[in-house]
Amino acid sequence: MSIATTYRTCPRSGLQFESQAEKLMLANAVAAVVFLLIGGILAIGVVLTRWPSIHWLEADTFYKVLTAHGIDMLIFWIIFFEIAVLYFCSSTLLRCRIATPKIAWAAFALMVVGAVMNNVAVYQGGSSVMMTSYVPMMAAPSFYLGLILFAVGALVACFVFLGTLVVAKAEKTYQGSVPLVTFGAITATIIAVFTIVSGAIILVPTYLLSIGVIDAVDPLVYRTIWWAFGHSSQQINVSAHISIWYAVAAIVFGARPMSERVSRGAFLLYILFLQLASAHHLLADPGVSTEWKVVNTSYFMYFAVLASMIHGLTVPGAIEVAQRQKGYNKGLFEWLRKAPWGNPSFSGVFIAIVGFGFLGGISGVMMGTEQLNLIIHNTIYVPGHFHATVVIGTTLSFMALTYFLIPVLFKRETIAPKLAQWQPYLFGLSMYGFCLVMMGAGTLGVSRRHWDMAFQGAALAYEWPGAAYMMMGLVGVFGIAAIAGGAIYIYVTVGSLLWGKKLDGGTVSDRTTPVPPTAPAAAVQTYGSSRMVAPGSFVLALIFLAAFVLYYFINWKYLSQLWGLS
Amino acid sequence: MTAIAPPSERLWWKHPLDRVEGLWLAIAFVWCMVMFFMMVYWHMYGAQNLSTETYKTTPELFTTKTQAMVDQYTVRTELDGAYPVVAPPPGSDVYMIARLWNFWPILQLEKDQTYRLHLTSMDYNHGFSLQPANINIQIVPGYEHVVTVTPNQSGTYSVVCNEYCGIGHHTMVGRIYVK
Repeated sequence: MSIATTYRTCPRSGLQFESQAEKLMLANAVAAVVFLLIGGILAIGVVLTRWPSIHWLEADTFYKVLTAHGIDMLIFWIIFFEIAVLYFCSSTLLRCRIATPKIAWAAFALMVVGAVMNNVAVYQGGSSVMMTSYVPMMAAPSFYLGLILFAVGALVACFVFLGTLVVAKAEKTYQGSVPLVTFGAITATIIAVFTIVSGAIILVPTYLLSIGVIDAVDPLVYRTIWWAFGHSSQQINVSAHISIWYAVAAIVFGARPMSERVSRGAFLLYILFLQLASAHHLLADPGVSTEWKVVNTSYFMYFAVLASMIHGLTVPGAIEVAQRQKGYNKGLFEWLRKAPWGNPSFSGVFIAIVGFGFLGGISGVMMGTEQLNLIIHNTIYVPGHFHATVVIGTTLSFMALTYFLIPVLFKRETIAPKLAQWQPYLFGLSMYGFCLVMMGAGTLGVSRRHWDMAFQGAALAYEWPGAAYMMMGLVGVFGIAAIAGGAIYIYVTVGSLLWGKKLDGGTVSDRTTPVPPTAPAAAVQTYGSSRMVAPGSFVLALIFLAAFVLYYFINWKYLSQLWGLS
Repeated sequence: MTAIAPPSERLWWKHPLDRVEGLWLAIAFVWCMVMFFMMVYWHMYGAQNLSTETYKTTPELFTTKTQAMVDQYTVRTELDGAYPVVAPPPGSDVYMIARLWNFWPILQLEKDQTYRLHLTSMDYNHGFSLQPANINIQIVPGYEHVVTVTPNQSGTYSVVCNEYCGIGHHTMVGRIYVK
């Protein structure tokens, strides 16, 4: 079957881009960066208002800005970028044409319309309901309709991705199994389909409620189903950014997975278990039984935690094995010392791995432990946790991948490469600080989504301890530093796209060159070795475990000093 | 080959694990099990477990019960009569209304005594965030949540609303005295 399209082989990476897929990736990535820019500008308002000594915006503006910041970052920036990643993982890695490009463009258009409609609804006021939009607090109908249109677009894009896999298989553009990174993208897509369907189940009735077709949506049912959407969407991110970790390890180091079986098995655990762990958002709720909470959060969530702990070892492990094969064999950590710390794709991913594990992962398990949730629920510890997962984990990984894509996909030379080198450090490390002080303030009880910790105008105000004020001040300082880091990313990306020196796109052909079959490596068989092939990564993993165990029991000690509750 | 190419071994799932991976897998699995048993252990031997006793309710029904408690056990009022301070006997049912934008009434409890605290919301979702103890419970409209509490220290506690509930959210603070 011949379809009128062309394939370009990038001279810098050897990757092959089909022209339709390439344009779609570009469009989705650009839309993503636009929403990152909007979300970043909104972040200035959030941070400078929660910084107690500045307390910039008025209450109504603050809640409006906070609602828009959450949705633009958590939904629009991330999902637009993920769609680009999905097309990359299917069409580019499998060297095939994209299935139904016209439908893919229609999906893109729907997503743009939905995102703009939702943003307009929020800025008009009357829809300051936060990302979670818990009923019976209602937003304007166009708020829900925008989200629904965006979700439908994203769902269609998921099916284009799946269709592209079928095309690759049918047209035999590769042999054997799909690459690990594509496998990770498939898990992300399966979770995405579940997520979007859950979103539809709850947002469609809420939309109908907002236009008066139905009378009520039960608040507890809403929370339960909304979180099947809200939490699972974070799981799409995890699958996507971990795929990117493996991809960057492969691109920068030529690393192969330590064992395909373990890494793929870990991805599979995400599909099987994490959606159900969305129950951990309801641990402080009435109406759900203890058994339900324990089963969902432990049995189901811990298998997903297990999966993340596996990737936490196998990604650095794969890098270590590749580095050791290049001769960086001295001691435990020469492989890491001699890593290309000046390459923002590597440094970004490494900072993301460490931050996602130590800050995002550990704090997530604390919140997801039935009893420990009592000292965390709805405090600013919660945004501290999810900025560590979706900003340090997901966003920083996307940024790291972008630095690879600028010359390869955009065909431009990076402007300001020095700035790009420093960007992951500035952004990542200030986000480390930001998350830590938020968790600190949350441990003292400070509320999330709260305009004024001084309780101006309250009849029975509460006085937070001085340490809480100090930490919220530091939230402001680290927040501004991180926003500066984000601004540099946007400057480098958009600047390179507009003004970067044009690079040679490589040879264009009207036929695909299938992925060459690779012969099993005869000389170096790293599979199934009985040696400790990655001792350095193992030691890092043990340090992680020690921090995890210690912090876990510190929290139980803290809990044990509270009022008796039964 | 690398992670962005198809695996070179077609039967990749038959390969045994690396020792590093196998060992870590076992350690991580054991740790997950420890965390699971910790939750169950705390239900048996720990003193802080959130009750799941819940009833469907309506604003009218809950207001009636709260008003009955206020009428019977008010010991004084604060803020020019706006807030009755209610001191129900130990072991009894105590009620706290969450609504835009206050918690009503003020409760006065005794240290080391146990009470059945009933919580619900008259309108939107609210948060019961007891400070400085830092106990945080979701309050959902239409659902009456009965939490058994045993204050372990005397003092003045604030109840901060920590679920966003509109423009006056930051003024929504209640109070509990423990004697």
